[in-house]
Amino acid sequence: MKTTTNARLLEVKDLKVQFSVKEGTVRAVDGVSLYLNRGETIGIVGESGCGKSVMARSILRIEPPPGKITQGQVIYHRPRNHPDEVGEPIDLTALDPTGKPIRKIRGAEISMIFQEPMTSFSPVHTIGNQIMESIKLHQGLSPEDMRIQALEMLKLVGMPQAENVLKSYPYQISGGMRQRAMIAMALSCRPNLLIADEPTTALDVTTQAQILTLMQQLQSEIGMATVFITHDLGVVAQMTERVLVMYLGRVVESADVDSIFHNPMHPYTEALLSSIPRLGQKKYITRLNAIKGTVPDPYSIPKGCPFHPRCPYNDKDRCISEVPKLREVEPNHFASCHYSEKLN
Amino acid sequence: MENDVKTHLEAPENNETLVEVKHFKKYFPIKKGFFSKVTGYVKAVDDVSFHIRKGETMGLVGESGCGKTTTGRTMLRAVEPTSGEFWFNDDTLGRVDVAALDNNKLKIARRNIQMIFQDPYSSLNPRMNLLQLIGEPLYIHNIARGEALKERVAELLSVVGLRPEYMNRYPHAFSGGQRQRIGIARALGLNPQLIICDEPVSALDVSIQAQIINLLKDLQEQYGLTYLFIAHDLSVVEYTCDRIAVMYVGNIVETATTEELFGAPLHPYTEALLGAVPYPDPRLRTTPIVLSGEVANPAHPPSGCYFHPRCPYSDGQRCVNETPELREIRPGHHARCHYAEKLELKGVINPPINVQDKN
Repeated sequence: MKTTTNARLLEVKDLKVQFSVKEGTVRAVDGVSLYLNRGETIGIVGESGCGKSVMARSILRIEPPPGKITQGQVIYHRPRNHPDEVGEPIDLTALDPTGKPIRKIRGAEISMIFQEPMTSFSPVHTIGNQIMESIKLHQGLSPEDMRIQALEMLKLVGMPQAENVLKSYPYQISGGMRQRAMIAMALSCRPNLLIADEPTTALDVTTQAQILTLMQQLQSEIGMATVFITHDLGVVAQMTERVLVMYLGRVVESADVDSIFHNPMHPYTEALLSSIPRLGQKKYITRLNAIKGTVPDPYSIPKGCPFHPRCPYNDKDRCISEVPKLREVEPNHFASCHYSEKLN
Repeated sequence: MENDVKTHLEAPENNETLVEVKHFKKYFPIKKGFFSKVTGYVKAVDDVSFHIRKGETMGLVGESGCGKTTTGRTMLRAVEPTSGEFWFNDDTLGRVDVAALDNNKLKIARRNIQMIFQDPYSSLNPRMNLLQLIGEPLYIHNIARGEALKERVAELLSVVGLRPEYMNRYPHAFSGGQRQRIGIARALGLNPQLIICDEPVSALDVSIQAQIINLLKDLQEQYGLTYLFIAHDLSVVEYTCDRIAVMYVGNIVETATTEELFGAPLHPYTEALLGAVPYPDPRLRTTPIVLSGEVANPAHPPSGCYFHPRCPYSDGQRCVNETPELREIRPGHHARCHYAEKLELKGVINPPINVQDKN
């Protein structure tokens, strides 16, 4: 997993993010490692509370308070002028989250799309001003050029009546259009990496199809890498090349998308896949295989394998006492289960 | 089956039909100015008719803003319908038009029509414990008091898979899936005939979603319930429903049995909806059907067929000028499209059966 190629863009090494509150310490991200090459699309899947959003925000150093990075590194390999040339690696965790260096990266080189397009825009500024703000901060163009570029971005994301939208406030446009505006803003400085946190969860299927198609087009045009954070396995299957499955702050399985869907090596991944109803399969199944129980309370994570209380393969011995390590069970296929090889 | 040949308006008039909604309309006035002059109407539900048989699950699908939730709420008269009839085969009252009942009779009818809400976080009062929450409908309808009430609540809790000891806890102590179980217990308390499920699983995680869907299916078998299942997730709808009505801008554009609708849709909007669902298999990467534009504004719907500005098959003439009627194209399969017979629309691709083909 740690082979270095010159195309590497981002490496997260053993990242831990903790929330110390009066009820106890929540280990929201508990030793996550991942890498991302240039232009690659990876998916991070998991149920709510598995730490996927906190992990993504920590990359940009906007971890929600009182969360703190207690360990690990986020290394960003800033590309130089030539596309194959690797610049100085920067450890983002060492930067001051409010300092100048990280602010130069945020929004310009690494940008983010948030889940709720309504709450993530400022309600008192026009869409145009908000897109232009990011252009102004990172590119320093003249006001007229800024307006032209903002307009161009809106047209790029297929916004109908882009001229009018530029002057509109967020409440005046629909959810799908707001999500487009959000993408336009995120892409306005042509980032190297886009982190999309549930970009289509709040949208209808037809709008989702529009946005996903748009993102695919833009990705091939701009050549950026993308991290897709979602719980929608359909979106992951259609959009990503590699997938990480998270459970209670840890990566429990990571592999290429085909292996994840057709040869899962962790019981949690398998259970997730068989619990979703799929179009066209009503004739074949009479009952969904629900995962028993619920995600445990973050203050009292089970001993041993965190999934053991819900796992159908629990051996009541090793599983409840020994924490399984994430290990390579097949070439380039990692899973954290004692019995990965024996499952079928 | 011979009843199916009748139009959707004339549902078979026998005991098998539990619900018959006829020409349902709900217009919300748009008011402007100092004197709140009515300047127009949002036609949230515009002439919707359908029927549900006893023990059946009827799905109501469509994008947000299409009027599916308003239809459900109007049936319960949580909002008053502008016009229309809702004939309900009530166990106590007999066959009645719920839309025209007076308050006393409505209260009796509501005992048999219950609702499950979408968001289990906002639909339960945080200041009431489970005994109060689940006991409230029983109390209001004078079904049980005191010890008997406690017993009934304990029984309901175990029916939905929660422990009766939890009776004194408050909703905040429960996860989303457990809260949805509380909502279901509340709806079940009065032994209803019909439950209107308004997006019962869309706020839940995938693993919990399956638990709740299975629970709803079990309860239906056990108590002979009839469901109106309002949802936007088509794979969930396919799995749970026997028949489906697709709504677009306040209108039903297609209704058929689940197999028919998913296998051979007759309306371009249904095709687009089905084609937009991302399929959870990387080996079946599809190009989704991308509709241009946005859902029409129900205050100013387009002329002719409401779907024509986004429809890839629009002829630019008849579709723009003439509003299509909901017609029976095949037995039991209705569609609101001028060209329903001529179009060859694609249904769901039939994926290989192996969900997990581990080698």
